[in-house]
Amino acid sequence: MLRRQPRWAVALPLVIALVGLSGCGSTGTAAPSDSAPASAPAAPAEATTVTVFAAASLTGTFTELGKSFEAAHPGTTVKFNFGSSATLAQQITAGAPADVFAAASPATMKTVSDAGLAGSPTTFVRNKLEIAVPADNAAKVDGLKDLTDPKVKVALCAEQVPCGAAAVKALDAAGLKVTPVTLEQDVKATLTKVELGEVDAALVYRTDVLASGGKVKGIAFPEADKAINDYPIAVSAKAPAPGLAKQFVDLVLSPEGKGVLTKAGFEAP
Amino acid sequence: MTPTTAAPVQGAERRGTTGRLPWLLVVPAVLGLAFLVLPLAGLLIRAPWPTLLDRLSEPQVLEALRLSLVTSTIATAGCLLFGVPLAWLLARVTFPGRRLVRALVTVPLVLPPVVGGVALLLVLGRRGLIGQWLDVTFGITLPFTTTGVVIAEAFVAMPFLVISVEGALRAADQRFEEAAATLGASRWTIFHRVTLPLIMPGVVAGAVLCWARALGEFGATITFAGNFPGTTRTMPLAVYLAMETEPEAAIVLSLVLLAVSVIILASLRDRWVSSP
Repeated sequence: MLRRQPRWAVALPLVIALVGLSGCGSTGTAAPSDSAPASAPAAPAEATTVTVFAAASLTGTFTELGKSFEAAHPGTTVKFNFGSSATLAQQITAGAPADVFAAASPATMKTVSDAGLAGSPTTFVRNKLEIAVPADNAAKVDGLKDLTDPKVKVALCAEQVPCGAAAVKALDAAGLKVTPVTLEQDVKATLTKVELGEVDAALVYRTDVLASGGKVKGIAFPEADKAINDYPIAVSAKAPAPGLAKQFVDLVLSPEGKGVLTKAGFEAP
Repeated sequence: MTPTTAAPVQGAERRGTTGRLPWLLVVPAVLGLAFLVLPLAGLLIRAPWPTLLDRLSEPQVLEALRLSLVTSTIATAGCLLFGVPLAWLLARVTFPGRRLVRALVTVPLVLPPVVGGVALLLVLGRRGLIGQWLDVTFGITLPFTTTGVVIAEAFVAMPFLVISVEGALRAADQRFEEAAATLGASRWTIFHRVTLPLIMPGVVAGAVLCWARALGEFGATITFAGNFPGTTRTMPLAVYLAMETEPEAAIVLSLVLLAVSVIILASLRDRWVSSP
């Protein structure tokens, strides 16, 4: 026993060293993307990857736009990081290498621009809330008022994330007080609770209802107009690939981008 | 194991421990320790000390802390009630498919907790296999309730208990049980008069581990039980939500959870789990 232990101890650092070496080897051979940073000071325009941080509600549309961007710029890759806008903003201020940031609310964009990390943000779409109910609508919800019924189980987004802030605004505008059973961490989690039939209704974006492909039914309500979310987009001030970042933002703002976004239920600003 | 086999050979017993320390062990050990402790140091350094007390006195913090402590303790009690017999079954009874059952018991360990939460919803949710029946027959729905939090925590934490207790059972000297059997004791009497006292340190260690895991549970809880202040928002959920807008508040909440768990674990360890 006593003699065997040192052997293990020797083996471990050896394994680590080997892993480290092979790591270097593989990145060395994965050439094209890696050689770019090496030659970066000489020709920064040669970057081939653009990294886009985008709100979770943009998952479908931006993935589609990313593909058409890659088709229009052969040899480039668009990498996405989708998530709650607030989380993405935290990641960017903590130094995450984003080229483009597309947020679901001006407040989350402000976190980034206050830190001096966003260029000039442009509002590119707006999104409206709808009541989402399971396809069978067993609780017979047909307006915002039905959500105040204690027998109707309601899920809302937490107030800290954009869809939750919008929900509070809409309910305030309607002068209604709703006691939800849960405050979800992002809009997709809220929608999932409706899809599974665990709640009778939820307030989510119109685009999320459309994206669910018929698994939930959307009910529009007039007070949604008082709580419209603006979506700003900006090139990051520390973008590793500013040129491509600008081109991606241009694509989002172009008629083609607008077309993809409005088809998914977004409204033009 | 090592001390018992090494001691007789060495004769002079503990002298080996006072010799020169092998750097091949010490260096990785120190690096490992630094890796585990540095993030905690980060929390302490970045904590907003001047406003700490104000933030701590917010009723929401105490509410979340109380909920966390209560649910994790009940979850641990439930795990003991069902986990110790399960461990006994795995260690002492031979039955076909035992290997498979043992592998299944550890599934929650490898399952991402969020997936565990979804699985719980599909079984115990309002439209789940069992949940539907519970709802129709008794009018009980588990998601979005404090009971739901306990279930989510128990689901994720129970394997820790079962594995520790099973290990203790396998290491325990079975001759005592055999002796009791030859004296005519029934299997139940043997279990609670001989086996259980023998493996008590293992059970306590497992329970502590299980409790700690339940206290930190996040993914299954937020998925299955949702998040509402007072009923289902435990400390880890409060930390996550605070992180969205107020990282400083998240740090304070993390420190509270950390301090409480370290105090409880340290005091339990001294009292119950004596290290060899």
